[in-house]
Order: sequence, then C-alpha cells, then structure tokens
Amino acid sequence: MQYMLLLNETAEEYGRSNDPEQAPLYWGAWNAYIGALREAGVIINGDGLLGPHTATTVRIRDGQRLVQDGPFADTKEQLGGYFVIEVADLDAALEWAARAPCAANGSVEVRPVMPPPPGMAG
Amino acid sequence: MSEAAASRRAAELAARASYGRLVALLAARTRDIAAAEDALADAFAAALRHWPQRGVPANPDAWLMTAAKRTLLNAARHDNMRTAASGEVERRTINRLSDTEQAMIPDERLKLLFVCAHPAIDAAARTPLMLQTVLGLDAARIGAAFLIAPATMGQRLVRAKAKIRDAGLRFTVPEPEAMPERLGPVLDAVYAAYGAGWDGLGGDDAAVNGLGEEAIFLGRLLAELLPDAPEAKGLLALMLYCEARREARRDLSGRFVPLADQDARLWSAPMIAEAERLLTAASRAGQFGRYQCEAAIQSVHVQRPIEGSVNHRALLTLYDLLAAHAPTAGILVARAATLLQAGDPAAALAALDTLTGQERIATYQPYWATRAHALRATGATAAARNAFHKAAGLATDPAIRAWLLAEAAGTA
Repeated sequence: MQYMLLLNETAEEYGRSNDPEQAPLYWGAWNAYIGALREAGVIINGDGLLGPHTATTVRIRDGQRLVQDGPFADTKEQLGGYFVIEVADLDAALEWAARAPCAANGSVEVRPVMPPPPGMAG
Repeated sequence: MSEAAASRRAAELAARASYGRLVALLAARTRDIAAAEDALADAFAAALRHWPQRGVPANPDAWLMTAAKRTLLNAARHDNMRTAASGEVERRTINRLSDTEQAMIPDERLKLLFVCAHPAIDAAARTPLMLQTVLGLDAARIGAAFLIAPATMGQRLVRAKAKIRDAGLRFTVPEPEAMPERLGPVLDAVYAAYGAGWDGLGGDDAAVNGLGEEAIFLGRLLAELLPDAPEAKGLLALMLYCEARREARRDLSGRFVPLADQDARLWSAPMIAEAERLLTAASRAGQFGRYQCEAAIQSVHVQRPIEGSVNHRALLTLYDLLAAHAPTAGILVARAATLLQAGDPAAALAALDTLTGQERIATYQPYWATRAHALRATGATAAARNAFHKAAGLATDPAIRAWLLAEAAGTA
C-alpha cells in the first residue's frame, strides 16, 4: 500500500534549517533519513516545502476569490514536507514515520493514498 | 444462576468461541472484519438459536462453517445483497475450509485482538471492537454496558473497522521486543470490558449482568495463547479474584456489602484457587506488572478467612509498588483506604489531601467515599456526612448509592 507521510515541523525546528550553526545537524538528520528510505526502496516521491511564511491560501466563497497570506490554519506545527512510500501495511508506514527527524519535536501524519476509483485504473 | 441458564451460557460461549475463530481467520486474510462478520452473521445467529436447545455440536467450527457455506450458496443463487457484502475471498476461504472439516483451524484470534487494540485505533473503540469481533456481541449489548447509545456505539465500531481495512493495519502477533508496548493496550481493553460488567445488578439477565463472563473468556484466551506473558496471567487472576466475590457483594435484598463485611463462605473457592495458581505461575517470570500487583492485592484480601484478619502491611507495600509504577487516582485512593483500614485515619486523610485539586478528583466517587470514612473516623462528623452525600451523588450503581446514603444518615 502507498502511504503519505505528512511531516509537520515546529517553527523552532524550521528555524534550525537556516541557522548557520545548526543547519548542518538539521540537514544531516534529514539526509540520513532520506538515505535510509532510498536504501529500503520504499520511497515513491517526496518534497520539502519552503516555510509557512511563504504560504498563501485561496478560497472561493460566494463566487469570490479570497486570497489570504499564510497557511490554512495558524497552528504550532506546520506542514514542512511529505513523502509517499510504498510498504506492506500501516504498521510498516508507522515505523518509517517514527524515524523522521521531525517526529521527535513536531509530528508525522500517516495517510493511505487513495486507490484509483473503479474504472480509472491503469 | 439456574442450571438451564448455565447450560444456555455454556452453549453461547461455545458459539462465540467458534464464531471468533472463524471471523479472525477470514479477517486476517482480508483485513475486512465487517465482511467476515457478514459472511458468518446468519450462521452465528442460527448457532445462538440451536445450540442452547440441542447442545453444542461435536465440532462447533465445522457446524458454523457448514451453515455459513449454505448461506453463501443461497446468497449466490438469489444474487441478493449479501453476495455483494460477502467478498469473494470470504466465500473461497469458507468453501475451501468446509471441504476439510476435520482439519484444525488455525487460531488467529490473537492477531485479531492485537489489531483491535492497535495504537492506531481510537482508544474508546478498542474494547467494544474486541467484544464484537472476537465474541460477536452486538452494538446494543456493548452500548448498554458502556452507557452509550447503540447507534453511537454502532458508528464507533463501523469507523474502527473501516480504519483497519482502509488504512491497512497489520494482522500479526507483535515481535517479542514490541510485545510489552503492544500487550498493554490489549490487556487494558479486556479489563475495561470486565469493569463495564462489574456493577451489573446480577440475576440471569445477561444484558443487565454486564460483561464479566465475556471479559474472563477473553482473559483466558490471552493467557492460553500467550503462555510466556506473565501479565496476561496476572490480569486473568485479577478478574477471577473479583469474580469469585460477585455473589458476596450483595445481600439477599440486593444491598451493597463492602469487602470487609462480606461473608467469605459466599466466595467461589474454585475461582480463588485458579487465581492463586495463575498468580504463582506469573510470578515465576520475575517481572513486575500492574495486573500481577493488583491480583496480589486481591490475594491478600482473600486470605482474611484463613488468617482471621487482613494483612494491611502487605497491602500497603503492594499499593506503594503500584503507585510508584502508575500513580493513578484509583490506586492512590485505594492506598489511602488501606491506611484507613489499618487504623490510621489521619494518614489516610493526609494522603487524600495530596490528591485534592487534581483534575477529575472532584468527581471521583471512591475519593469522596474514602474521604467520608476517614473524616468520620477522626470525629469530623459534619464533614463526613457532607462527603458521603457527595459520593452518593457521584455513584452510578444504585446499590452503592443507597449504601452511601445510609452511611451518611448513620453518621451523627
């Protein structure tokens, strides 16, 4: 099954990625994790995202286009990236989620990727 | 319980054992618990109708499979709704299994129990899920035991099953290194089933009687299937000690009788003997565990008729151990009650005072009942009466409420 790991980071953790002193440690952890995912051959795709300060949210309400600065919800943790992995079951996906560096201070949401609707396969 | 009721219950439990084995077998292959239940629903209903009257068949699993096969064939013939509900895999599995009726069916119930108490499943759904999938209880019966509307309970169960199927939870017995972490929630869920049955009013009415027997059934299953897990034995021992005293908890007119006043001749000696054996076997592993420790506390209580008094020092030692491990309100209040019974109401009050102001303690009935007794023992009668009234207002069991109000009235 395919699962998306939604990687949520705290602002503090995100800040480390740009801090000259802490960046090597920060990126070292992520690179090791990505290396392990690759080595296991489970990774389908994935990306990191630029910080929440770059986010813009769009809604259509009553035919009006509403554009708002900032992420969809102002929460303590923000989506910082994602991976889609292919593993046997949720338990295996949870094991990979627990290894993500942001699991230790942020969180990782694990969601099965929707299979194609009937008739759309292939 | 009358003889007829006892044999009806025996037939019912046999039907549940077979049903659970077959649901587990199908679900472990497809992850689709709801479809497995659908495939067996009619066969199980027939078993619950026939077995109590005609007796349990020689090979209950084969009986149930034959009945399920007949249903599936009929469904295929009529091409009705059930065909869609019962997936192809269930159909094939049942067909193949009934061709080798004498073959041993692998017991996958342990895997099913671990899936039901999986950390990815809503904690409030775990116990109901076990009761439904492993024992075939319906949502109304489970809802009644947990004081939840049947429709709400039904939704909770449907949601949990959908999560298991769609999110792809693993049907497996955890590796030894993951066992302590995974076994805890399984045992907790079984104990929660027992707790839901504990305050039942008795009699032959199963719906009122709660889930004690079902919980013990699950406890036995775990202790059998996990012979190397001392905590599984500890939990079963704990439930058996409590169950052994069920008859003694009410007097002839249905009034609540506290443990210290119970007539020990009403306790079930065979259950206590079994509990003692289990606890001894569990202790050989030399691993501390909450359930073994709680069972050991019960073991001290049942020594009263033999030793003539309760060994409060032993109880305190065990409560201290438990509190060091998990300082929950229940354990700390029980520890304070032991101080009181040991004849030290001042120490009991001091221990209760440390809990005052904690979250949920203001609405925790045992806290107020223990406080009331401690206050009365120190001569603070007005405050004691107040506390008894508070406890009575928080009680859910009518017999305990009546007893608390009588204690309040008798405190002058």
